[in-house]
Amino acid sequence: MDLIRHLSDYAVPAIFVVILGVAVLKKVKAYDVFVEGAKDGIDTIIKIIPSLVGLLVAVGVFKASGAMDSLILLLRPITDLLGMPPQVAPLALLRPISGSASFAFVTEIIKSFGPDSYAGRVAATMMGSTETIFYTLAVYYGSVGIKNIRYTLIAAIMADIISVIASVWACQFIFG
Amino acid sequence: MLNYIWIGLLMIGFTFGIVNGRLDDVTKAAMDSSQTAVTVCIGLLGVMCLWTGLMKIAEKSGLIRIIGRAVRPVLRFLFPEIPKEHPALGAIVMNLVANFLGLGNAATPLGIKAMKELQSINKDKKTATNAMCMFLVLNTAAIQLVPANIIALRTSEGSKKPAEIIICIWIASVCATIMGIIAAKMLSAVWKKDN
Repeated sequence: MDLIRHLSDYAVPAIFVVILGVAVLKKVKAYDVFVEGAKDGIDTIIKIIPSLVGLLVAVGVFKASGAMDSLILLLRPITDLLGMPPQVAPLALLRPISGSASFAFVTEIIKSFGPDSYAGRVAATMMGSTETIFYTLAVYYGSVGIKNIRYTLIAAIMADIISVIASVWACQFIFG
Repeated sequence: MLNYIWIGLLMIGFTFGIVNGRLDDVTKAAMDSSQTAVTVCIGLLGVMCLWTGLMKIAEKSGLIRIIGRAVRPVLRFLFPEIPKEHPALGAIVMNLVANFLGLGNAATPLGIKAMKELQSINKDKKTATNAMCMFLVLNTAAIQLVPANIIALRTSEGSKKPAEIIICIWIASVCATIMGIIAAKMLSAVWKKDN
């Protein structure tokens, strides 16, 4: 396990070295391009603010009212079976439906339990390892007018379920 | 769909708040949360810019194309129906690599281009082909090299090692991708075009 944890120490520096190395070989004006790209980052964040305000308020209200506790209690049998922290369970339901809503939810969990808590890590892993299925299918199939998507949704949801299970398992395995 | 979820969360929240006698808490949570949203976004700004900047370098230096060429043989296995040298293959590779590098802005137009190319070799324009199903399953299970917003969020909340979960994310998304490929391949064998 230590080996894998050390590997994650090297991951980020290695990505830097490879990207900058290729840039040097290809004689790219790395700094200029970097600044240009970093502006995209600002755009992305600014675009997130309105939806995050809306969704964090909804999650905040849902939580403060005690409704979240009831939902967690309801999902308890499934989460216990998987070894998932019960507070993370609603995220597994939300993630395929909405990217921004699940980001708001992960933010909530990390704020309440801390980024290095078990629940915080599982939530972050789940968020990072899956995509918003319904949005992706709508955009891509919509762009060419496909009406009958056949087994796409079933296969995507099967992959999503595995990713939820694997997120819990990987966090237990590496940090447990 | 999100409209209903959003309204649902709020309505259920206020109803539970009344029933549980917690309306004060609910009101306070609503106000605090909106403030939190802005604080979170400001906290994300730096790390987000760092990654989008770095990934732009990868894009400009041709690193996307280099990785793209390397993974082409794999695509022959995943998309046997696409004729060799068809432009659809190139667009699919570029989209998947852009997704892999977390270039959301570049990935979507490339993905739509790939879909248009796939549609041009589709006989029934209303029904998805096996290649389209596989392509979208890969997209929804996509492996991302640097999950920038998650690392940024962990950084802004004071994690000791923000990038630590990267390995967990890789493991989980590789499992999802393998499952997706198996599911798509198997379902394509049993799911006839007309149902």
